[in-house]
Amino acid sequence: MKKFAHDFQVVGNTRLNTRHFILELKAAVPLPEILPGQFVQVLVHNSPSTFLRRPFSIHFVDYSTNTLRLLVQVKGEGTRHMGMLAPGDTLNLVYPLGNSFSVPATHKVLLVGGGAGVAPLMFMGDYLNKKNIRPDFLVGFRSADEVSQIDEYSKFGKVYLSTDDGSMGEKGFVTQHSVFKQSPLPYDRIYCCGPDAMMHAVSKLAAEKGVACEVSLENFMACGYGVCLCCITQTDKGNERVCIEGPVFDAARLKWQSNG
Amino acid sequence: MADLKISIAGMEFKNPVTTASGCFGYGEEFRDFYDLGLLGGIFVKAVTGSNRNGNKYPRMAETPSGMLNSVGLQNKGVDHFCEVIYPGLKDLNTQIIVNVSGSTIEEYVKVAERINELEGIPAIELNISCPNVKEGGMAFGVVPSTATEVTRAVRDVYKKVLMVKLSPNVTSISEMAKAVVDGGADVLTLINTLLGMAINAETQKPVISTITGGLSGPAIKPVALRMVWQVFKAVDVPIVGLGGIMNATDAIEFMLAGASVIQVGTANLIDPMVAPKIVKGINEYLDRHNIPSARDIIGALKVC
Ligand SMILES: Cc1cc2nc3c(=O)[nH]c(=O)nc-3n(C[C@H](O)[C@H](O)[C@H](O)COP(=O)(O)OP(=O)(O)OC[C@H]3O[C@@H](n4cnc5c(N)ncnc54)[C@H](O)[C@@H]3O)c2cc1C
Ligand SMILES: Cc1cc2nc3c(=O)[nH]c(=O)nc-3n(C[C@H](O)[C@H](O)[C@H](O)COP(=O)(O)O)c2cc1C
Ligand code: FES
Repeated sequence: MKKFAHDFQVVGNTRLNTRHFILELKAAVPLPEILPGQFVQVLVHNSPSTFLRRPFSIHFVDYSTNTLRLLVQVKGEGTRHMGMLAPGDTLNLVYPLGNSFSVPATHKVLLVGGGAGVAPLMFMGDYLNKKNIRPDFLVGFRSADEVSQIDEYSKFGKVYLSTDDGSMGEKGFVTQHSVFKQSPLPYDRIYCCGPDAMMHAVSKLAAEKGVACEVSLENFMACGYGVCLCCITQTDKGNERVCIEGPVFDAARLKWQSNG
Repeated sequence: MADLKISIAGMEFKNPVTTASGCFGYGEEFRDFYDLGLLGGIFVKAVTGSNRNGNKYPRMAETPSGMLNSVGLQNKGVDHFCEVIYPGLKDLNTQIIVNVSGSTIEEYVKVAERINELEGIPAIELNISCPNVKEGGMAFGVVPSTATEVTRAVRDVYKKVLMVKLSPNVTSISEMAKAVVDGGADVLTLINTLLGMAINAETQKPVISTITGGLSGPAIKPVALRMVWQVFKAVDVPIVGLGGIMNATDAIEFMLAGASVIQVGTANLIDPMVAPKIVKGINEYLDRHNIPSARDIIGALKVC
């Protein structure tokens, strides 16, 4: 798949809450085909301490306006600088990178996300809708003030919600949600993205309940396009590159040791 | 348009810009970005005697103006290279040089012998400077007598152009340069990564699994330039220079210090288009200074 390094124009920067924002970026040339689960590598300018690019899942693609969106959680210097971008600024992206979620041969699909890990699920929801599949979403946040875009997800499917402190939706982690208490689970496939511990827990639950599960890993990366071998994870085939063979993996193939 | 051609040890490079081992894979991934024929050459990822899994994750830490890595020579071994990877490389319209690594002299010799048989691979780059493997690797590159020994052993079996890549983790780089030239090296590459370390104060843990690793990027450029200059004055063989080259100006500085050819390493990880941009930038520089050929700036540093 052809990859590009292009300057995008910032056309929107929307604060969702104190830690999260959405960047809307417009390409100068028609966007190539982009698949759900793929990511971009962002060059952060004017920040002396960010030398390498920063990887972000593609949150949404709108071919009609030639824009894509990133959902970003402020972590350190790089994301803090990105949060200060304003319409008119430019941002250099290398894209589209990585593999993608598989297209399910079933209508019974659950998309599970936590924190900024919900990012690729919006795009996946839209993509599935276009294939006449309405997935269910199970999204987890720290607390009510971080819950956002529920109306947006609802356009693509039914939304279940949990917060760590119980201030909205069910209390606890996504794996403790009543959705997972059903037996058998009313799904044939689960797609999951979020913190490693959450993905590991979801994949264990899925395995116990006999449901196929794909996870999108977020290992530390240098290049993002397969040449440095810094981002590896251990699978049944040995070390694989999260940026090329992933970020999406069949959870059953992962060893999980290397990811803490 | 200036003449960008460089000829060293009987090898023709269409321009002085090549890519460094470990920062370009086998070139495959960069075909998604540009025509590899634009490059002077490609130094492919280290090849060892047999399969190596490399070190544990995490293998990378971002550091001020650079990065620390501990990939540890992950590759599938020389047989896999010859059977699976080589067929895709041999017809590329650029020079392909194989980075040869090992833990013992026998391993270096075995790999060099196999690569010697491959048509269309005019040279190897002997990596006696990797800081990321427990035994061997850098150990050969920090003691002059063992550096001579491994170079000589490979020289005996390898009939084409023998390049040796030096470690900067030494007291005297000129002494190391002389030692490998004594062993039969035709060309010297310098520098490999500087041994470094990164700590996460919050977790009170090292950032990479191996605790220490190899530092690369602009942070090491002044050290690399100094070493290229010292080696240029100390020995008569051509030099392939690298260490923190991010743009054409950096590349020209290395050539002024004495490098005939330059390698772009870490910069490829940040801007996949950087190498062709450097080719273009060198050409513009030469035109702007009315210098007819890239050859004219090699070692042309004006020292009064
Ligand atoms: C494929 C992929 C998709 C992603 N998608 C999204 C997304 O959609 N939205 C989103 O918000 N985030 C996403 N991330 C995570 C995002 O890339 C990081 O949060 C971001 O790079 C942080 O940059 P920073 O400069 O703000 O923070 P930094 O200052 O770089 O680091 C933040 C924290 O990570 C630690 N750290 C950094 N590097 C290392 C290392 N090598 N080893 C151990 N610890 C380290 C730092 O110490 C610090 O605590 C994704 C990551 C990947 C790999
Ligand atoms: C991720 C990574 C992997 C590397 N792997 C190798 C290798 O396999 N063999 C080798 O000789 N050098 C290897 N190097 C060292 C580079 O080729 C180069 O000598 C060094 O990074 C300095 O140049 P730079 O600052 O331009 O990157 C590696 C460097 C990096 C960053
Ligand atoms: S980040 Fe470089 S290989 Fe994946």
